[in-house]
Amino acid sequence: MTPHVLTRSLDRSATIFLVVVAALGVLIPLSNLLMPAGSALQVPTYLVALFGKYACYAILALSIDLIWGYCGILSLGHGAFFALGGYAMGMYLMRQIGSRGVYGNPILPDFMVFLNYPSLPWYWYGFDMFWFAAVMVLVVPGLLAFCFGWLAFRSRVTGVYLSIITQAMTYALLLAFFRNDFGFGGNNGLTDFKDILGFNVQADGTRAALFALSCLALILTFLICRAVVTSKLGKVLIAIRDAESRTRFLGYRVESYKLFVFTLSACMAGVAGALYVPQVGIINPSEFAPGNSIEAVIWVAVGGRGTLVGAALGAVVVNYAKTFFTSGPLAPYWLFMLGALFILVTLLLPKGIVGTFNAWRESRKATEAANAESAALEDGVGEPKPAE
Amino acid sequence: MSVMEGRTTSALLYLDGVHVSFDGFHAINNLSLTLEPGEMRAIIGPNGAGKTTMMDIITGKTKPDEGTVLFDGMTDLTRLDETRIAELGIGRKFQKPTVFESQTIEDNLLLALNVDHSVKGTLFWRGSKTEAERIDRVLETIRLTNARNRLAGSLSHGQKQWLEIGMLLAQDPKLLLVDEPVAGMTDVETHQTAELLKEINKEKTVMVVEHDMTFVRELGVKVTCLHEGTVLAEGTIDQVSSNERVIEVYLGR
Repeated sequence: MTPHVLTRSLDRSATIFLVVVAALGVLIPLSNLLMPAGSALQVPTYLVALFGKYACYAILALSIDLIWGYCGILSLGHGAFFALGGYAMGMYLMRQIGSRGVYGNPILPDFMVFLNYPSLPWYWYGFDMFWFAAVMVLVVPGLLAFCFGWLAFRSRVTGVYLSIITQAMTYALLLAFFRNDFGFGGNNGLTDFKDILGFNVQADGTRAALFALSCLALILTFLICRAVVTSKLGKVLIAIRDAESRTRFLGYRVESYKLFVFTLSACMAGVAGALYVPQVGIINPSEFAPGNSIEAVIWVAVGGRGTLVGAALGAVVVNYAKTFFTSGPLAPYWLFMLGALFILVTLLLPKGIVGTFNAWRESRKATEAANAESAALEDGVGEPKPAE
Repeated sequence: MSVMEGRTTSALLYLDGVHVSFDGFHAINNLSLTLEPGEMRAIIGPNGAGKTTMMDIITGKTKPDEGTVLFDGMTDLTRLDETRIAELGIGRKFQKPTVFESQTIEDNLLLALNVDHSVKGTLFWRGSKTEAERIDRVLETIRLTNARNRLAGSLSHGQKQWLEIGMLLAQDPKLLLVDEPVAGMTDVETHQTAELLKEINKEKTVMVVEHDMTFVRELGVKVTCLHEGTVLAEGTIDQVSSNERVIEVYLGR
């Protein structure tokens, strides 16, 4: 893809978004590392990690907006791709522990020693190399999405039925990963990470770098999504969303388009998961919980689907609210608040925050244009109007 | 696609002994019909006569239980899906105007153009001068040049019908299936639509389903009347409208 394609038609909200993310991605790590601890200008490390999490959620939200907002595919199982990317990264981090684990086994991670594994399962091979794990972060979610999508879209499973089977998919993976003999640490998942590429995952510098990388990944994901939706392919996606069978009768192979965008979206979710795991320090089967995927869909609905910027914004806003409310006395009621938020947004702001704002701006522009026109007409009263 | 040994018919569209039933209801019953290249045919008939189902069969939306459906004398349409049939050159306008409402009129036509429809082709698409000129021509034909940047959803019912006909033109098919093009149009618009279809028919084969008898008369082409999924009468408008059975089931006395 050429730079021209990536920067094509950046509108104002997209430009603001990119500038803000880039600025935060540079300033927050600098402030964390360079300012003296305790100074008002220093962002504490725990906040850096928290913002890093938000950036990962924003990438996940973008991946959902790409398929839901533009192609009408409501996936209620996107958390599965996020978790798979996270597990791929987690496996690399586990292998990096080496003999520093509790049991000191140079090859086998602690949980395998504990569960009496005779040797490393074949599917753990290669994860001691970062490049291999990085490739798997894209390949594993991508491949699952490709196979799942190939079966679902070719059979023309759409709408609520598709949403239900995506839920079933993530639930099936949740159950599988809970099993000890599945080989991914069962209930406890993967944790106790030490190094990433030789750097201590707990160190301030590593956390700052991971945050900056998450912002960079968010920017790249945004640019790729934007390139896709502003291309002619994006117009086809919207056509599929609005009138699928009409699109078929024009000679478009709808299932290929859905498969492409679904797989791309799953790879993006995988990257989000891979960046998330070293920042939170753990990945376990609860990441596959159907509720997580539904929550991610709510972020997109709140921010405004089909706007990209809105999806990312929604992820940050809702998660900030979650952090705020779940750390106070209102913690037990968070899920009720989330449900209420979803209902309120659906009823009062069906276009989400950004969608509503865009509509308001457009209507204002239209009114201004109309006012300018009538003003021009009034000015022209009594004078002969020059022919156009 | 299955290719038979040479052409078996000169017809562009050849239906023979087609049957379709839905849950025991015979929607199409031993339907046989041929359309010669360059012909325009009007299809009339009461509601439930199987007009739309016939179009569904031709465009691959519905698979017939039995019977032959040949395009261009060689291609068995019953084995192909909607996308493949559209690529072969059969375009369709729906009974209820179906345009992409949240996109501009220009984009609607751009999507309809019969250019590379692959994922790769559309992802790396860059407009060309020929494409822009084709869109301009279609916009002029359907008289929507001034509205090109408006959203299709903001058009009036009649304009949507025209936009959909424009999309058919952009698709540049060999055969146009046009389902109720003048439903909801004013008399003037109806007249203009008849003129437009006659103009299109100079180059393409057209099948029009319509209830409006004034419009059908204005087209001045061979008429087929369907009833209960089979051909009841065929001939000029005068012959068909004086047919006893047609009067009984459709036109009324």
